[in-house]
Amino acid sequence: MNIHEYQAKELLQKFGVATPRGKVASTPDEAEQIARELGDVDLATGRVRPTGGLVVKAQIHAGGRGKGTFTNGFKGGVHLCKSPAEVRELANKMLGQTLVTHQTGPAGRVVNKVLVAESAEIAREIYFAILLDRATAGSLVVASTEGGVEIETVAAKSPEKIIRESIDPLAGLQSFQARKLAKQLGFDSAQLKAAAKLFDGLFRTFIGLDCSMVEVNPLVVTSKGEVLALDAKFNFDDNALYRHPDIAAMRDIAEEDPREVEASKHGLNYIGLNGNIACLVNGAGLAMATMDIIKFYGGNPANFLDVGGGATEEQVTEAFKILIADKNVQAILVNIFGGIMKCDVIAQGIINAMKTVHLPMPLVVRLEGTNVEAGKKLIVESGLAVIAADDLADAARKAVAAASSKSQAPNPK
Amino acid sequence: MSVLVDKNTRLLVQGITGSAGAFHTRQCMDYGTNVVAGVTPGKGGQMFDDKVPVFDTVYEAREKTGCNVSMVFVPAPAAADSILEAVDAGVELVVCITEGIPVMDMMRVKALMKNKPSRLIGPNCPGIITPGACKIGIMPGYIHKAGGVGVISRSGTLTYEAVWQLTSRGCGQSTCIGIGGDPIGGLSHLDAVKLFNEDRHTEAIILIGEIGGAAEEEAADWIKKNCQKPVAAFVAGMTAPPGRRMGHAGAIVSGGRGTAAGKIEALKAAGIAVAETPATMADTLIAKMKN
Repeated sequence: MNIHEYQAKELLQKFGVATPRGKVASTPDEAEQIARELGDVDLATGRVRPTGGLVVKAQIHAGGRGKGTFTNGFKGGVHLCKSPAEVRELANKMLGQTLVTHQTGPAGRVVNKVLVAESAEIAREIYFAILLDRATAGSLVVASTEGGVEIETVAAKSPEKIIRESIDPLAGLQSFQARKLAKQLGFDSAQLKAAAKLFDGLFRTFIGLDCSMVEVNPLVVTSKGEVLALDAKFNFDDNALYRHPDIAAMRDIAEEDPREVEASKHGLNYIGLNGNIACLVNGAGLAMATMDIIKFYGGNPANFLDVGGGATEEQVTEAFKILIADKNVQAILVNIFGGIMKCDVIAQGIINAMKTVHLPMPLVVRLEGTNVEAGKKLIVESGLAVIAADDLADAARKAVAAASSKSQAPNPK
Repeated sequence: MSVLVDKNTRLLVQGITGSAGAFHTRQCMDYGTNVVAGVTPGKGGQMFDDKVPVFDTVYEAREKTGCNVSMVFVPAPAAADSILEAVDAGVELVVCITEGIPVMDMMRVKALMKNKPSRLIGPNCPGIITPGACKIGIMPGYIHKAGGVGVISRSGTLTYEAVWQLTSRGCGQSTCIGIGGDPIGGLSHLDAVKLFNEDRHTEAIILIGEIGGAAEEEAADWIKKNCQKPVAAFVAGMTAPPGRRMGHAGAIVSGGRGTAAGKIEALKAAGIAVAETPATMADTLIAKMKN
């Protein structure tokens, strides 16, 4: 699950991690008001302060916002400015508009919110992340003095600039480790405590919210010597969301693939891809392997779909609706190895789906395992036009052939 | 004939009275597994299906029945605690079927299990089976056949696929171990390979991996130096897009690490025969055995 930048900052503030002051706005009015508050009155002390620089940032889940372009022609999803009036004008140009970045694809994403914040005068940028380390079954800090750029690039070009610190899973991040990291990252003595406090706050966020990754890029030192988390990216452990209802509530389904949103409503594990052969499989490993074998025989999978071990007829029916609704799909491959999942349940689900939705493309079915004979019998008796397959390779070949003949067929209209 | 479990295994089921626990306990008993005890806190004193005594704690179960292996069906929020209870009570092998356990919980379990003699298989796994002797988990028993091939896999249904291919070709299995698809788990590919390498009845090994982590590479490295038995492998996830979690919590390619291509390269470099597709896992091993 992903969250927006403004939500990430709210979470960090809860754990005492210093971030630039700012608030999120849904309308140009709100944006202007926030800018006035930031510029005129210090919200924390109530004192009037001089107007500094401000920044307006489009809130979408994709990266590359600064270099993106709106479909209305306006360039850039991140802008610096000086006055509340400018903030209003920028918000007006971004809100409700579609922003296209290198990560959104050509369709882009609609900007429903903008973050209005103080713009920090940056003296130095640092990369700092905490992530789950499978090798040690603990957590790991990965940091670098080369912040503000892709960490993969740093790792490839100058691996010596990547600092790693393993954290004991039972003891957690120790103060000395935070100070050691601060020194390695070049903080001077006057900033050491602020940096260590920020690292500690990030670690408590990571543990406290069951994250699999918290990445701050960049973590900045301002020209005034403040240490701030300027931007943060979170990855949450989906298995632990049950104990963080506040995080689960931050989900923004407008940012997700509608096919995946629909699938998740029915407890189906679905990931949309760009091919033309839809697959319905039980088990994640077999689902991946089914995608692989489609590709091996020259086809392209339209999705990953694991209906799980205990899917009901209803879930299978819903799964079919999602597959059929995908406009790119030209053939469907069902691959079931019944263990807990019974083949007759799958067969009945397919038959029920065909009663409610017209199947406009060929359907290849391969059933094996528990109650396989009963499943095959149900399908034969239903009279459905199903292409039966004997094994996995046969199923993949038939699906690829069906999809390519379908895509070559003349359009009936 | 096998590793870790056999005819002498005395099985405890934690979460025996839940719907999944009860269903699969019966399946295991039907297969011939010796289920000697169940644990559900608060239901101590009951009998499961008039055959298996239920206890409140693993300590009582172990003391009264001598159970030495536990199968965990406890729901995810309490599963980590259940594993630790079994370990603390001295159960030799804990097989955790439960899926959806938070990673932080498993981090704690793994750390607390260091320097303990108990082993863990899973979580989020199909379990372990020694065909004809002992089934612990949710795999369909009838697809298996006793024989000499050791099977190790992170995935459930993909394991069944491999086993069924072997059985259909008359090739039996010594033991099949599903190690589970989570980023942090117990027994690794390497641990299982070592066990099969030492087992004199295991003649050959199938290793089924998937994207994410570096466990396949680690096993490959060891096999290259130490394993004399024929090994075939398959790695799922060649077509998986980077940055997307493919069902299993551990199945993700991120930052260019954990790719199928990288794993296949490492396996091949270790002299392991890698199946081109999941349909040829058994054939690939059989060809390797004839070489």
